[in-house]
Amino acid sequence: METKRIVFVGVGGQGNLLASRLLGEACISAGIPAVVSEIHGMAQRGGIVESALIMGAKSPIVSKGEADILVGFEPSETLRALNKCNKDTVVITNIHPLPPFTVVIGQGVYPDIDKSLDIIRDNVSLLIALDGDELAAKAENPLSLNMVMLGALIGSRVIPLEEDILKETISKTTKQAFLESNLKAFDFGVAASRVG
Amino acid sequence: MHKLLIDSPGKEMFLLGNEAIARGAIEAGIGVATCYPGTPSSEIPDNFFAMFKEAGFYFEYSTNEKVALEVAAGAAISGVRSIVTMKHVGMNVASDSLMTMAYLGVNAGMVVINADDPFLFSSQNEQDNRYYARLSGLPMIEPTNAQEMRDMTVAAFDISEQLKLPVILRTTTRLNHLRGAVKFGSIKPIQSKGFFKKDPFHFVAIPAVSRNLHKILLEKYDQALTLSENSKYNQLIGNGKWGIVTNGVSMNYVQDAISDLGIGDKVVILRLGFSYPMPEKMIEKFLSNVEKVLVVEELEPVMENEIRSIAQSKGISVPIKGKGDGLFPRLYEYDPGLVRKTIASYFSVPDTSPAMVDLSALPELPGRPPNLCAGCPHRAMYYAIKKVYGPDAIYPSDIGCYTLGVLPPLSMADIVICMGGSIGSACGIAAATDQKVVSFIGDSTFFHAGIPALINAVHNNHNFTLVILDNCTTAMTGQQPNPGVDTTPMGVDTIQISIEAIVKGCGVKHVQVVNPLQVKKSIAAAQASKDFDGISVIISKEICPLYAKAIKKAKKARPFYVNQDKCKQHLDCINLLACPAMYIADNKTMINESLCIGCAVCAQVCPENAILPIKKPV
Repeated sequence: METKRIVFVGVGGQGNLLASRLLGEACISAGIPAVVSEIHGMAQRGGIVESALIMGAKSPIVSKGEADILVGFEPSETLRALNKCNKDTVVITNIHPLPPFTVVIGQGVYPDIDKSLDIIRDNVSLLIALDGDELAAKAENPLSLNMVMLGALIGSRVIPLEEDILKETISKTTKQAFLESNLKAFDFGVAASRVG
Repeated sequence: MHKLLIDSPGKEMFLLGNEAIARGAIEAGIGVATCYPGTPSSEIPDNFFAMFKEAGFYFEYSTNEKVALEVAAGAAISGVRSIVTMKHVGMNVASDSLMTMAYLGVNAGMVVINADDPFLFSSQNEQDNRYYARLSGLPMIEPTNAQEMRDMTVAAFDISEQLKLPVILRTTTRLNHLRGAVKFGSIKPIQSKGFFKKDPFHFVAIPAVSRNLHKILLEKYDQALTLSENSKYNQLIGNGKWGIVTNGVSMNYVQDAISDLGIGDKVVILRLGFSYPMPEKMIEKFLSNVEKVLVVEELEPVMENEIRSIAQSKGISVPIKGKGDGLFPRLYEYDPGLVRKTIASYFSVPDTSPAMVDLSALPELPGRPPNLCAGCPHRAMYYAIKKVYGPDAIYPSDIGCYTLGVLPPLSMADIVICMGGSIGSACGIAAATDQKVVSFIGDSTFFHAGIPALINAVHNNHNFTLVILDNCTTAMTGQQPNPGVDTTPMGVDTIQISIEAIVKGCGVKHVQVVNPLQVKKSIAAAQASKDFDGISVIISKEICPLYAKAIKKAKKARPFYVNQDKCKQHLDCINLLACPAMYIADNKTMINESLCIGCAVCAQVCPENAILPIKKPV
């Protein structure tokens, strides 16, 4: 099969690792060879969290310039991960900002989001931007941002995975109390990226 | 049932590399598993901890890697299969035992899982522990993917029993923390009880015995070499004239690169999975059939140098390159692009790598370093100590979440070496300077390697303050218990050890126990320590809020808010505490209600008493 290299970036606590793991499990269910890489440990204390899923190749990580798809859970982190992209990359990003503490104590300036989106749009093949946090809130589960972003990835049709198989994986691995809202959030993500 | 205990051979699961190792150990019928947790190895013992009762083997979080290795060794000498897991720097701690365990050997399989950390994702150095195989004379094997993490763990026990030696299975962070499909094998029944057969002239390493044991170890090298020559994990793939030697995770990058570059018919890969001893005959044959060789290995040029040595001794003059000469670096981890580009350049084929987007229009982005969590008790103690000792005192620190105190505005770490290093280095700084010294160590790190150093400080009359940041868990590596932790909530029966009693038992005369969230009392304790001449200890005791939440013991506290009528923008809360729940919006200091856990430290720091608990019930 054609190799697809997908990079997920976000901030500790946004559920990025769960998203790549669920996608990996969905691939295995669909008979698609996949490998996922995660980073655990120190980085998770409010730092940047990156994971990757590679379909149809053996390497568990994605080099600079080599992502086919970049899924960003936070806009400034999407911008930071632009070095993973090339002109053919599809970028899917949440536009809801989470300014880092360095901005609060005056050690940095948070980038202008509209300008950031323009920079991304100008450099890659397609940008899908959505307010993932708003959709998660609409699904009545603020922690379901990762489901929104997974939905957006599937809805974009850039990888050969059907909605049903993802929903099945989500249903198998989610606690009953969050299942309905997670599936709702996933659907909102799918719909948002179709429109976008 | 724990998912890794399902006895259904052929079943396929999508597993973390570390889960695959744990599964392999279960299939091998381990009777004893030990560890000291450390990223990137921690999920292996955490899975053991989650299933040992159900499975019926013995498991412990040992106080440090040396002890862990000795516990596993005792079991394996008594005829029970054992496994011990550690990160690469843990191997330094365990190495005293490891070196002589190579002499003693084992009666049942013993596997040492060693997790290296190229790029230092979560470590203080990126040493290459393949040298430990060479130093100790123990066989080493290196998997390349999730399936092999399972397969080679099982195989390691068989190799260990064939050679009657512990076997080191080496991973790197990328292997520990990748996820891939793993096909299960069948589970061997656990043999949890053995028998220690007395044989002092084999197991008592006195000079007269060890002289003979060393000879036996060298004889075992020859047997290990035969196993390595015939191992299915040492493979020749392809039959081209361009030779590539590789190991571990790099194997994947090499295979993808060859496929991306379309040079499959030109290349032969020598993959070394049974990597010590190196299969000399196989390497000789490989070298004789190629025109040039590229060695693809992260960190040190271990294979490169040994292969060059084999070539020299066999009179083979084929070019062998790896590190240096503008090819691969000795630093950090490799990645698919680096390997592809280097292969393309070395063998003079067009590079197919895509061009990265132009980043020149990118604004400078604010840093997002990891930070102590909202409500972390370490932050409160740092505040109190700094208030009393000031920015000029020297602050040796140690390995744990609290190392994050190095970042501004706290800036509370001046030297960090290794586990326990805060206390020993404090002794030296106090002896060699007239500067005030306050060192910091966590509870688990204190048990691990702090106690001998504290005894040294007392015995030799060193003059400094030690703060033991006791957050009642091993927080950084994932909330594992330690000897100071009450393990009843985890359903495990262990005996809790009092840090205060140990400190007093070490002979420290000035010992204070404080709750760091009580700011005034903490400052008073810091002042009393500062006024005391000699070694003083403050035990700063407050549970890690994340751990408290995990064991459902979180205090119900209301989050705080800033009363804007009272706030005069001193910004002490922001500038001195740097709690991630606080932020500034429209020139107003604010608290993020959903992040604040109500620790009240900022409220005690505010000179205007402008920070108050939210009144409405939440």
